[in-house]
Amino acid sequence: MPFSLDTVKYVAHLARIELKAQELEIISNQLQDIVAFIDMLREVDINAINPTSHILPLQNVLREDTLVESLPIEKALGNAPERKGSFFGVPKVIE
Amino acid sequence: MEYESVIGLEVHVHVKTATKAFCGCSTQFGNQANSQVCPVCLGFPGTLPVLNSKFLDSAIKVGLALNCTIQEFTKFDRKNYFYPDLPKNYQISQYDLPLALHGFIEINTNAASKRINILRVHMEEDAGKLMHKDELSLVDFNRTGMPLLEIVSEPDLHSPQEAYDYLTILKSIIQYLDVSDCDMEKGSLRCDANISLRQIGEQRLGTKAELKNLNSFKAVKDSLTFEIKRQAEILGRGEKIIQETRLWDAKELKTVSMRSKEEAKDYRYFPEPDLTPFLITKEKIDKIRTTIPELPKEKALRLIREYGLTEYDAGILVLDRKDADYAENCLMSYAPADKKPIANWLIGPLLSEAHSLNCGICETGVSPAHLIELISFVEKQQISHLTAKSVLSEMVKSKKTASLIIKEKDLIQISDTESLQGIIEEILNANQKSVQDYKAGKENACMFLVGQVMKKTGSRANPKVVGELLKRRLSDA
Amino acid sequence: MELYELTCHELLSKINEEKTSSQQIIRSLKDRIELTESKVNAYVRLNINDFTCEHTHNANSALSLQGIPASIKDNICTEGINTECCSRILGGFKPPYDATVIQKLKDAGASIIKTKTNMDEFAFGSSTENSCFGPTHNPWQQDCVPGGSSGGSAAAVAADEAVFALGSDTGGSIRQPAAFCGIVGLKPTYGSVSRYGLIAFASSLDQIGPLTKDVRDCALVMNVISGYDSKDSTSVNRIVPDYTQALINDVTGIRIGIPQEYFIEGIDPEVKEIVEAAIAKLTLLGAIHKPVSLPHTEYAVPVYYLIATAEASSNLARYDGVQYGFRSCQSRQSLLDMYKKTRGEGFGEEAKRRILLGTFALSHGYYDAYYLRALKVRTRIKEDFDAVFKDFDCIITPTTPTPAFGIGEKSKNPLQMYLSDIFTISPNLAGIPAISIPCGFTKKGLPVGLQILAQTFNEEMLFKVAYTFEQNTPWHLKKPKL
Repeated sequence: MPFSLDTVKYVAHLARIELKAQELEIISNQLQDIVAFIDMLREVDINAINPTSHILPLQNVLREDTLVESLPIEKALGNAPERKGSFFGVPKVIE
Repeated sequence: MEYESVIGLEVHVHVKTATKAFCGCSTQFGNQANSQVCPVCLGFPGTLPVLNSKFLDSAIKVGLALNCTIQEFTKFDRKNYFYPDLPKNYQISQYDLPLALHGFIEINTNAASKRINILRVHMEEDAGKLMHKDELSLVDFNRTGMPLLEIVSEPDLHSPQEAYDYLTILKSIIQYLDVSDCDMEKGSLRCDANISLRQIGEQRLGTKAELKNLNSFKAVKDSLTFEIKRQAEILGRGEKIIQETRLWDAKELKTVSMRSKEEAKDYRYFPEPDLTPFLITKEKIDKIRTTIPELPKEKALRLIREYGLTEYDAGILVLDRKDADYAENCLMSYAPADKKPIANWLIGPLLSEAHSLNCGICETGVSPAHLIELISFVEKQQISHLTAKSVLSEMVKSKKTASLIIKEKDLIQISDTESLQGIIEEILNANQKSVQDYKAGKENACMFLVGQVMKKTGSRANPKVVGELLKRRLSDA
Repeated sequence: MELYELTCHELLSKINEEKTSSQQIIRSLKDRIELTESKVNAYVRLNINDFTCEHTHNANSALSLQGIPASIKDNICTEGINTECCSRILGGFKPPYDATVIQKLKDAGASIIKTKTNMDEFAFGSSTENSCFGPTHNPWQQDCVPGGSSGGSAAAVAADEAVFALGSDTGGSIRQPAAFCGIVGLKPTYGSVSRYGLIAFASSLDQIGPLTKDVRDCALVMNVISGYDSKDSTSVNRIVPDYTQALINDVTGIRIGIPQEYFIEGIDPEVKEIVEAAIAKLTLLGAIHKPVSLPHTEYAVPVYYLIATAEASSNLARYDGVQYGFRSCQSRQSLLDMYKKTRGEGFGEEAKRRILLGTFALSHGYYDAYYLRALKVRTRIKEDFDAVFKDFDCIITPTTPTPAFGIGEKSKNPLQMYLSDIFTISPNLAGIPAISIPCGFTKKGLPVGLQILAQTFNEEMLFKVAYTFEQNTPWHLKKPKL
């Protein structure tokens, strides 16, 4: 069973989601059930099948290198939880 | 113990386009923070990317110039990781099916040509910029979404100098293609290095360190030199190298571990569902191939063949495309069959003028015609080589022509015997001792007397004529 | 008849005859909402005084919805108007741009209602219980769910609180609530309606589509919202037909495939009976039906939950408290803390569960066994449909295995909830169009939906079959008592 508590913790860290202890337990039980269910896919013979990432056979979708007006700064920062001048602000990144 | 260093370089190059990789925002450098952003490059909810066709064409061009195989089928993938300069917290990049594979370039080591293999060239979007201030980090997304090429070499480089030469040639090729400014100061060319050591004769690779924060080609060379010494010492003590990322500290001239940021990298690459795949046809490749100009190596060979330049001179002249065009213009306009004199001027005085201005030889303000005019004064023996060099400096400074400067400063050499003979008489009278010495067999005395004549004429006397006249006069007496 | 009870096409003819106006329609809807909304909760952030619409433009094309108010799901961006996906993490978010479909509606003269419709957070759910604004109630029976995730849109239309609504469908999010609420819901062919401005759940599956009172309205709305968009790389560049031309009351000779895998255990006997009666009715009207097989049907749910959650885990990574929406306010916290707390507090339970599942499916060591395998089985599912469509014009199934279930009935068991999408997921995986229309009522008075599937870009077939059925049955005329 791949969905151990450690797996959930690892995946939660990758996804940057803090889980409370109780939440962690409930979710990992649920995910265990879900993954067990999903494991039915092992029955399918997938030899020599191409994966489908795009359902339509579209290709080579391109745009011309022409300028489009950017947002006014006030609109770009209009939703910002924290800003300084025309910058977005975040807690200091420790290098 | 003798070690061999094994170096691979990852180079990121900004592709010159008017707009970003996946949206219509401008790619201009140096504007107010967050003034060149739109919902797409800010990764606002609901927005979607559309690939810039010029980015794709330029990428194919680079792939071809680096002798890569352009892949018939290529696609984009998402590289997932959290960082505040990455608005979507994933980067649109290419993972398992990059645009171009298996190329090479040639560098010159110890007068022999060496092939450095290129593993892959792929397209991706750049991240934004972070500034750190007090308790905050400030984010500017102007650079976000700029079109970026990643060029990954095989670990075929075996010394810091080879790494330096590889970068020099790579930059030169890309500049010839006119697809990037390759300006490290503006961040349009960036380089990370992987380096490991192994005992000579060993086939397996050793544990590598990844070097970052390399802000110049010199930093690449210096950091590699430092790292070779550091790793050799560790191995020499029988200890093991830790695989890690190390930052180059250009002040302290050392690499420093950045373990704080190290964590298992799990980028969860998967095909970008918002972009369709790309099929690159042979017709498209052929069409782009015709837009590739003569590259530095071919140009050098041609200059050697057509103008009789030495390999060394040609190698220097072709590094920068505009300089090479300027040089060729000079070589072509210069009438004599022997091109050595003009080549010497380009590699010698003009290049040192350019160096002192920190620019290329094409940017000193001296046109090929004006340079040739200057050289013609020397060839007609109207000014000495020495005077000509100072005239060149003056040309660069004042933007005046050689003939104007020579006229204004009255620099034409005195070559006529009549006027020189009078001066010679004066000098001989004033330096009887030297005359005696010469007659006693001291050849040096003549040199001294020539010097005195030159001094008297403010260097304008033709030294060759003065020497001949003096010798004749002294043997007469 | 009150104005709020009418369909788009009925209102359009009244507007054309100058018997009513956009303002009057809005006022009528407002009256209705004041009466019924407390029982339904179809809209979010509702302030009845603000229940207005954007200024109506003059339609600049022949395709007109001039003066018709449009209700919009909370995950479709409207410039300057809150668009929060019913999630705390997008609290207060005002997009600086309009989705392409909004632009198209405005160009057609429609009025965009500023109050958005309720949904499961980020479209994660089948019941509209996963909304930070509380659940929507089924207008037919208020202790039942309206379905989801476009439950607000479906309930608003069914309760006559909207003339029509837009929803989004990733695995049934338009069709399942349409079925539960007794209205018409269409998931168009992938690539036919621009996704630009639809807040992504699973990019390779999402489509915007209409929820309407009848099939003609559905065709009218599709005429306006579908078509190529250069801002969406997955949008298909083709000429959009006039879908109303397909509204022909005739199914003579139409070959209908009935997939046996959709009528097996787990299906509610009443639903089975009602759907079989509907098929019989179509046969009576001249269609031919035969059993067919879609052998990989049972794998659709696991394939879907891997692909959709994997894409979602990446699509939702951007909600991190940096540029917009909610940021956990802990003073002097580190960047990592800000990320983890913002996302831990900002996302609801189902969102967290799906992000974790999707992150897992893509993570090192599991990609091949889960995500890649799912992409391969997706190919099989598509091939199943291709095979059937060689010999059949359309496929008919129940939209859902059961009628609307009770509020709270499945919310503690996510897997059971996922299985309620079992009939609606495959069309998203195959990219084909699918419509749900009302086809009867259970003894308890809950509506049952009939799902019709056709080949890629053959919406006209859906409209033709659906219209014929509708014209010969009374189900679309029934209204819930509120």
